[in-house]
Amino acid sequence: MSPSAPTHGAGAKSGRVALPYVALTGNPNCGKTTVFNALTGMRARVGNYAGVTVERKEGRLLGKSGESPVVILDLPGTYSLSPQSLDEQVSRDVMFHRLKDVPAPQLVVVVVDASNLQRNLYYATQVIELGYPTLVVLNMMDVAVENGHEIDPEQLSSALGAPVLPVVASKGQGIPELKRRIRDAAKAGTRRTIPRTFCELPEAFGREIETVSAALQKQFPQRHTSADAEALLVLTDEKLLAKNADHYSDTIVRAVTDARKRLEAAGADWRSVAIEARYARVAAIQQAVTTEAPPPGENFSDRVDRIVTHKWWGSLIFVGIMFLMFESIFWLAGYPMHAIEWAQGKLGNWVGGMIPPGDLHSLLVDGVIKGAGAVVIFLPQIILLFLFIALLEDTGYMSRAAFLMDRVMSRVGLHGKSFIPMLSSFACAIPGIMATRTIESPKDRLATILVAPLMSCSARLPVYTLLIGACIPGMNFLGIFNLRGLTMLAMYLLGIVGAMGMAWVFKRSILKGEPPMLIMELAPYKRPLVSVVLRHMWDRSRMFLKRAGTVILGINIILWFLATYPKSTEINTKFETQRLAAAQSVLPDVSAINLGQKLDALRTKFTADQAVTNVAEAALVETLSGLDHAKAGELLRYSFAGRMGLAIEPLIKPLGYDWKIGIGIIGSFAAREVFVSTMSTVYNLGGDDSEEGMSTLEDTLKSQTRPDGTVVYTPLLAVSLMVFYVFALQCVSTVAVVRRETNSWKWPLFQWAYMLVLAWGLAFITYQGGRLLGWQ
Amino acid sequence: MAAESKPLTDLPLGGAGVVAEIRVLPEHKPRLMEMGLLVGTPVELVRFAPMGDPVEIKVRGYHLTLRRSDASLVFVK
Repeated sequence: MSPSAPTHGAGAKSGRVALPYVALTGNPNCGKTTVFNALTGMRARVGNYAGVTVERKEGRLLGKSGESPVVILDLPGTYSLSPQSLDEQVSRDVMFHRLKDVPAPQLVVVVVDASNLQRNLYYATQVIELGYPTLVVLNMMDVAVENGHEIDPEQLSSALGAPVLPVVASKGQGIPELKRRIRDAAKAGTRRTIPRTFCELPEAFGREIETVSAALQKQFPQRHTSADAEALLVLTDEKLLAKNADHYSDTIVRAVTDARKRLEAAGADWRSVAIEARYARVAAIQQAVTTEAPPPGENFSDRVDRIVTHKWWGSLIFVGIMFLMFESIFWLAGYPMHAIEWAQGKLGNWVGGMIPPGDLHSLLVDGVIKGAGAVVIFLPQIILLFLFIALLEDTGYMSRAAFLMDRVMSRVGLHGKSFIPMLSSFACAIPGIMATRTIESPKDRLATILVAPLMSCSARLPVYTLLIGACIPGMNFLGIFNLRGLTMLAMYLLGIVGAMGMAWVFKRSILKGEPPMLIMELAPYKRPLVSVVLRHMWDRSRMFLKRAGTVILGINIILWFLATYPKSTEINTKFETQRLAAAQSVLPDVSAINLGQKLDALRTKFTADQAVTNVAEAALVETLSGLDHAKAGELLRYSFAGRMGLAIEPLIKPLGYDWKIGIGIIGSFAAREVFVSTMSTVYNLGGDDSEEGMSTLEDTLKSQTRPDGTVVYTPLLAVSLMVFYVFALQCVSTVAVVRRETNSWKWPLFQWAYMLVLAWGLAFITYQGGRLLGWQ
Repeated sequence: MAAESKPLTDLPLGGAGVVAEIRVLPEHKPRLMEMGLLVGTPVELVRFAPMGDPVEIKVRGYHLTLRRSDASLVFVK
């Protein structure tokens, strides 16, 4: 559906961080985002780092006017400076001052989860070793106390050699002090200190680090203060050299290789020595600064997990949440949707009444109000969908869902972490595709990107809702199951099965690889902050409306134009002659000049009291509206859009579609929801609401007939068309984001093509198979 | 010493042990260690997911998920 914030900010200029800036870093789930929001008031600017696809989030420190501005750069959460995923890699690169467009920070604020001190300090000590002025923010002090850990910030500060500030970001405690400290540091400017080390390494190891560090200082003199820390990483992180071969000089590569050989010969495991040494030190610090109260037993999160991840209850709750989510989207959203529809009908009539019939009338009523309005109607559903996704993410349930679903995902060669992007893709494939950045294995990440758009996103909802409403009878089974609801569910399931099936295919063919290791934290549950969730929904709604008001409105106007021009005087004259002939056969003294008047009078009489009208006159009214209909049809056929539809008709005929549906399909290759507005434009221009005013699009579809008199929109056609929409990649924004995330045109084009082939093939099987079985 | 160690996944639910040996592939080992799972670290087996895989463990005061196949290569005493 709509591109999310990051895509909008993609054009953020690089090299812009001229202001003093502060890097905010920390482990995932340490409350870093909450700290960021508290500091900046949620006014984040989202852009991209030059050359990499990870989003770059920054905001200005809130303060009184007149204070000099300070920029806070929120780095992706990371467990260590040896990155496993793209997200972590960006954090590492910023911390090592490797990105061209990001200068060295004035201050590094490292957020530490007080309730999970050891693992958080592992990363914090790595950061402190880099030698930047560093402030340690000890967040979630309240949770730590609840769990029985009493931490002494002053003692921690002297152990770390860096100031420590205890805060509870979710309640705003300690935030004013944090702002003050940041401001002071920004004024002071960057002063790098002689870094300290937290790893007590064997002597032989220390010597090797000195050698590598000297080589590093030679190649990168500007980074000399962090050279020791970098040397430690280069030496111990196996992937670092392999992945950054062009970053380091041959001298360094050789120095590292030789050093590793010497260490191995001496019996030292260079991969794990540093990790062990650091954890030993960190554990000692943690024990020294913490007073442990008697363990409180199970905490809230443990009790919740006892049920939520329980063998039976857990699965039941998972299915229940999914059910509730979709049920409320279709049922709860119905009320505001009807209200919007009603208001829009009123607006159409009002505008229609003000403007005389003609091209402007047609453009405003058929092109703008009906076209864009047909999409705006779905706002309530989209708000609800994003509400659910935001709640699942902010409470911490998403990782449990991944935990529950891992077994299923492993069947197709992915792991539980791929479930999160796929679930997000129900809202929109774009945030879903961006969420794949946390997946460590590049092949898995690519496989997830390739299949994510198969999950039915919110842009398909309008298409499904319209077709189901128009074509699927609302029968009930067993009292609770409605055929329409079941059809909708079937489309969602089809998307899921398609995604899983294709993931299986890709993981066994082009993306074959070792099964990845799953290492995932199940962070404690959190109460989502209402302000954050509301803000998220507001951003999404605004983006959706903006899109409806710009891109979709633009496409609608173009389509209206294509469906209206060129006009044919020939067709007009032909039908005018036929109308006159028909009128003259019934009414006396009719001529080309007074035809309009006479017919208006007749129509008024006809609608006022049908009983007094004689049979011949009634038949005339019927004939005339038939003629109007036929004329509109011929004009549409003659128009540019009609010609395009007719041109692709041979391709889509085997799927059961006619050229008018073809126009809708062409339009929706830019964005799926355009189908609805296109159909609205096509059929209104096709002259179907001449008498009854603004009829609903559903009713209009129901009344469509083929030249032989049979109904166009049969249940079978609707299903075939929906199957096409489940599989086809009709979304320019998705193509663009995949191109950005994979850094090539190869994958988005491949994805577009494979999805189109699937869509055509499966719609063909559906329609032709259905006909063989005698369905309609 | 090695004789009495057993795979982490063989602990009873809620059972605890101390990591004795990590036999996962060398390329997977560093991240596992960075997450705090080192030789000598106490671990607790919390539960298995409803479908039997993955497994949830508690290490250094937080909860971590691993596949059963990987967790069974972590030996505890």
